[in-house]
Amino acid sequence: MPDEVFIYVIVFGTLLGTLTFAAVLVWFERRLLGLWQDRLGPNRVGPFGIGLALADILKLLTKEDWIPPFADRIVFIFAPTAVLIAMFMGFTVIPWAPGVQIVDLNIGLLFFLGMTSLAVYSVLLGGLASHNKYSLLGALRAGAQMVSYEVFMGLSLMGVVMLAGSFSLVDIVNAQQDLWFVVSQPLGFFVFLIAGIAESHRLPFDLPEAEHELVAGFHTEYSGMKFGMFMLGEYLGVILISSIMATVFFGGWLGPDFLPPFFWLAIKIFTLICFFVLLRAAIPRPRFDQLMSLGWKIMLPLTLANLLVTGGIVLLTGYQP
Amino acid sequence: MIGALISQIRTLWTVLQHTFTPADTVEYPAKPGWFGVTKNSTKVGPYLAPRYRGRIVLTRDPDGVERCVACNLCAVVCPADCIALQKTEDENGRWYPEFFRINFSRCIMCGFCEEACPTYSIQLTPDFEMCEYDRQNLVYEKDNLLIDGPGKYPDYSFYRISGMAIGGKGKGEAENEAPPADVRSLLP
Amino acid sequence: MAKITVDGRTFEVDDSDNLLEALLGLGEDLPYFCWHPEMGSLGSCRQCAVVQYMDENDERGRVVMSCMTPVTDGAILSVQGEKASDFRESNIENLMLNHPHDCPVCEEGGECHLQDMTVMSGHKDRQYKYQKTTFNNQDLGPFIGHEMNRCITCYRCVRFYGDYSGGDDLAAFGSRGRVFFGRTEDGVLENEFAGNLVEVCPTGVFTDKTLSAHYTRKWDLQSAPAVCTGCSLGCNITVSERYGEVRRVHNRYNSEVNGYFLCDRGRFGAGYVNSDDRIPYCGIRDANGVYEATSAEDILSHLKTLLSDAKSVVGIGSPRSSLEANFALQTLVGEDNFYSGLSAVEAEIASLQLQVLNSDLKTPSLAEVEDCDAVLILGEDTTNHAPRLALSIRQAVRNEAKDLAKEARIPLWQDAAVRKLAQDAKSPLFVLTSSADRLDGIGTGIRLSSEDIALAGINIANGIDGTAEDDADIQSIVEALTNASKPLIVTGSSSACPEIVKAAVNIATALSKRNAETGLLICTDEANTLAAARLSEKPFPTTGADVAIVLENDLSLRVAGATLDDWLAQVTSLVVIDSLDNSISSRSSLVLPAATFAEAEGTYINNEGRAQRSFGAFKPKGDIAPAWDWLLRICHDQNLLTGVEQFDDLLGSIASANEDLAGAVDAAPNAAFRVHGQKISRMTHRSSGRTAIVADVSLHEPKQPEDNNSALTYSMEGTNQDSPGGMKAYTWSPGWNSNQSISKYQNEISGSAGEGTRGVKLFVDSSSQLAALETSPGGNSSAVSVVPNWHIFGSDELTNRCEAIHSLAPSPYALLNSATASKLGVKAGDALKLAAGEAPSLAVMLDDSIAEGCVICPVLEETRAYLHLPTAGDGLLVKDESWTPPADAENIISSDRSS
Repeated sequence: MPDEVFIYVIVFGTLLGTLTFAAVLVWFERRLLGLWQDRLGPNRVGPFGIGLALADILKLLTKEDWIPPFADRIVFIFAPTAVLIAMFMGFTVIPWAPGVQIVDLNIGLLFFLGMTSLAVYSVLLGGLASHNKYSLLGALRAGAQMVSYEVFMGLSLMGVVMLAGSFSLVDIVNAQQDLWFVVSQPLGFFVFLIAGIAESHRLPFDLPEAEHELVAGFHTEYSGMKFGMFMLGEYLGVILISSIMATVFFGGWLGPDFLPPFFWLAIKIFTLICFFVLLRAAIPRPRFDQLMSLGWKIMLPLTLANLLVTGGIVLLTGYQP
Repeated sequence: MIGALISQIRTLWTVLQHTFTPADTVEYPAKPGWFGVTKNSTKVGPYLAPRYRGRIVLTRDPDGVERCVACNLCAVVCPADCIALQKTEDENGRWYPEFFRINFSRCIMCGFCEEACPTYSIQLTPDFEMCEYDRQNLVYEKDNLLIDGPGKYPDYSFYRISGMAIGGKGKGEAENEAPPADVRSLLP
Repeated sequence: MAKITVDGRTFEVDDSDNLLEALLGLGEDLPYFCWHPEMGSLGSCRQCAVVQYMDENDERGRVVMSCMTPVTDGAILSVQGEKASDFRESNIENLMLNHPHDCPVCEEGGECHLQDMTVMSGHKDRQYKYQKTTFNNQDLGPFIGHEMNRCITCYRCVRFYGDYSGGDDLAAFGSRGRVFFGRTEDGVLENEFAGNLVEVCPTGVFTDKTLSAHYTRKWDLQSAPAVCTGCSLGCNITVSERYGEVRRVHNRYNSEVNGYFLCDRGRFGAGYVNSDDRIPYCGIRDANGVYEATSAEDILSHLKTLLSDAKSVVGIGSPRSSLEANFALQTLVGEDNFYSGLSAVEAEIASLQLQVLNSDLKTPSLAEVEDCDAVLILGEDTTNHAPRLALSIRQAVRNEAKDLAKEARIPLWQDAAVRKLAQDAKSPLFVLTSSADRLDGIGTGIRLSSEDIALAGINIANGIDGTAEDDADIQSIVEALTNASKPLIVTGSSSACPEIVKAAVNIATALSKRNAETGLLICTDEANTLAAARLSEKPFPTTGADVAIVLENDLSLRVAGATLDDWLAQVTSLVVIDSLDNSISSRSSLVLPAATFAEAEGTYINNEGRAQRSFGAFKPKGDIAPAWDWLLRICHDQNLLTGVEQFDDLLGSIASANEDLAGAVDAAPNAAFRVHGQKISRMTHRSSGRTAIVADVSLHEPKQPEDNNSALTYSMEGTNQDSPGGMKAYTWSPGWNSNQSISKYQNEISGSAGEGTRGVKLFVDSSSQLAALETSPGGNSSAVSVVPNWHIFGSDELTNRCEAIHSLAPSPYALLNSATASKLGVKAGDALKLAAGEAPSLAVMLDDSIAEGCVICPVLEETRAYLHLPTAGDGLLVKDESWTPPADAENIISSDRSS
């Protein structure tokens, strides 16, 4: 297969794959939540209710797409697209298997961090453009939350970078041939996990859209496919964070030879997504001030300590990847 | 901090264990529940406890007389405002509702009315199969509500405790009452 | 003023109050039972305990009964203190020992002061395990129910009934735990103010039987601030509705008019609104004399042609319709063709009254009456003709006692002490009437015929002017009036004798030269007599017309048979606007159904010239509409009053057309009035059954009707709490479900109830002095004269349609002394006929306390018009030869309970 065609296959494969997976994830998450909460979850459409994914898409596409007269139209429309673009861009640097990757940037990890940071604009702008107090409050929370957690999200990965000696995700995967970084960087993993949840504003850190307080937070005024895009963005975020986590801390595609490399990665991503759902099923939402103090007072010092210790060890041992 | 973390992890573990417990959901009416009640040896629906909040009835006291005294407490507590009634009196001074109407198309089965009822008259029953094609049929009048028994509280009779005289029970004949005082006596 | 410290906060309060009044005035939630703002303190219930400290260093304090403790400067108190709250909790537990398990079947439930106070005091669990005392109840007549088991022996009932309103057939019996409040035997409570027991009793011992017959809890009533139309005093009432029926009338506090109390006619007389006699729809009489129901559009277009074809149109107003309706009719027919619809006598008296109001003579309000220290009543049966005034006069007579108490430095709220000290000391009261009067017991009753009363009045006026009088009675009256600081002359139309009124005016004129505080109060027959008389001096047309429009007026009550028949024969089309079927509406060719006071807004001008706005509690059914609304639509069809769409517009046109009535605009806030941007709700916030009331007809709940004519809503939308006291549709405050919650919105205890509550006194620009009126009393003193006798139950046209009221109305009778009887050649058991046989037969009853030459006849539907004819002269009364006495001849005067 010529390289030009191959790259298109990868691009569209990634695009369609993640998109489909995100849609199915909506159903899958609800079934899983049902399982853990001793319920059934959606089981009406098709076998095991799998048709719900399709039904949801149809519903979102056919719903009235309402733009409130008091909203800022242009920004209102732009906001949900921004989140999708940012998320898709994030996927470009994920190595799905050896050689199967859209682009192997030597600053892959930084690019990923940059893209996830862009997602905050979407939430902020969506909330601002709605001209609704609940939306605004949601946007404020989202802004504060994402900016705060961004800080140590990036820092928590630096230990890995030091050990791998590269920002390239392929290099990072390859550096885990002997040992997954989750073993050598447990603190980094822990912090990244928390930050990742917060970054994708998933439960228990879904304060920007806390329904009990803020109706639906930043997307209160959104309906139809624009709302669908926000939702898709959230699930894409979950997949993206899981993918990065699998790549950076769990050895990516690496695994015993009886399965192809991509499957190993897929299994790892899937397990991590299940863990995300488990968190949603089990843990209640903290107060916003608790969220903030967790971030600044605990996570940030932990990250810095991790960085210091890792750096110290690397310096002292003269470790060369 | 560590304690809180452990607590969260324990929570996760507990929830994870539920992967292996069966769902509590009963797929009524698609499938009979595994603890379904049977009628003519076919499973017809889930078991519902007597305190289940379904269709509302008006009951009678142990003497077979309407328990409702038309005090209006159920109507006022009703968050859906779906109970309307009018008090009237029989020749013996016993209060009862002239009409008693529940609009079940508005009822939310919250059971506040049962809780507010001072005479145990209004009770919710474990029957919820009361759908109608014509919403108008969901308006129940006293004829539709009044049953022939005392419901969940077989022994209670409000007028045996109340101080009002009604037919068959004069002053001082209720529970814990002294006979009517002789007000013309000045003896201590 | 005094400074007191309550739970650490310092306040300025009036030092003539007791602590309870002061604390309630400050908005404290302090439970009480036996204290009543109008009746003062007794200290019998022990509920209002507070802790009083000696000084800042006193940590323990002592429990005092706040109602029995005067306010002292620098007092340090605690309401919430544990000592006091524990005391109150255990006290109410004691009060509740014998209270039955009755709340669900008690009419008081939901507006029970005892319930409120129990909750407020924190008593929850009954610890007493022994038997409850019970009592047998009494039948107290058609108005009041009795359930003695519920009593907590606060003594409020007997204090109101005996001490305050002068009744002597309700008392406390028994001793120890058997104290019983009732009559010696079953029977109708005699006092005309017995209905107030319903509100005075803090629990459900005395309940409203007319309400119980179609009982509704207070929270379900849709109410409105209204004005009573039972007599000319214009007491403020709250009229309440449920399921399209008027359910009850409660007192509405107005510090200037009725204060806390109503008479039984006003309280129990509104049932006619639900009567089967109501005219339910528009009707046109066809060629065969059969009424056919028609739509409002049809009747209006019919009327439009009728009016444009008519050569002559007359309009007859009404003394019981609103000012607005009378004005609209006047506009429709033109000033020259508008007649007040009063009887000739009533019109004469009303015009005298207008002269008085427009002069410098002082017309006191009921509150001011209570301050008067000498009262002369001339030919006015206050108790039956203007009942609430009699209650105020009873309080005026106590001014002597209050003066004595002030001298002895006893605070006036020390009710028992003030009464003990005074014993029988009373301010002077003279009652000059033809028959026994209820006020005789607290004053000097003098029995004279109407002519002699007028003569006596002239003599008194002369006596005041300085002419010596031989008559000892007159001498003492003159002395009492001249010595008083605030003398009051009361007269009115109850004797239907303008000469008496003129004499009274002359007394007041003579007296006011010496004492500017002299008050003169003239009572007329109907709620709005003054409005009708003000709009037209002509009472009744002498000639017929093509179209005659009669507004809410049963003319047969005011124009005697033959005269009325003659006039009706000359009228081609008779159009009647009325609410109840009567002898005129049944003879009309067009009937327009009018709303009653309970369904319409309107302005009423009471006997002191006070314009008060009344609001309807609910929208009337079908085509029924307020009379002013009908007339406005007819006016619009004739291109009159164009641009006038709503009630406020109409009131505005009245004000611009009549300068002296302009004040009526300010009698109440207009339709644009808002509280916090909201209208005022007629329903309580707990009103129930919205989605079920009409569900039997349709599940689709109709929209609540809108009220564009007032600032009230026909729903629970809007506010009640912060609205002006007089605009409140119902009395409620958090934690205070009973009517006692009014202390929560009075400026001070028994003070004004906020802005816009007291109505507006019209005719205040009165600098002109009234000259002594020409009087021509006398006539043939040897002739027999007929004196109308009003009955609180039965004499009023509308309230008499109430079943309960009607059951106490008398049958036609003639009361006379034996000398008069022998002059007329009748004896007890015979009957007399009025007006040479035209009027109904009157059963003759003998009573030697009646003045000689007087025949007392009850004012009833069938007799009323004849009693307003010239009432003296030979041959007025003839013996009814064909009379057979009714079986229950004993009970002819069933409402004359004084005998």
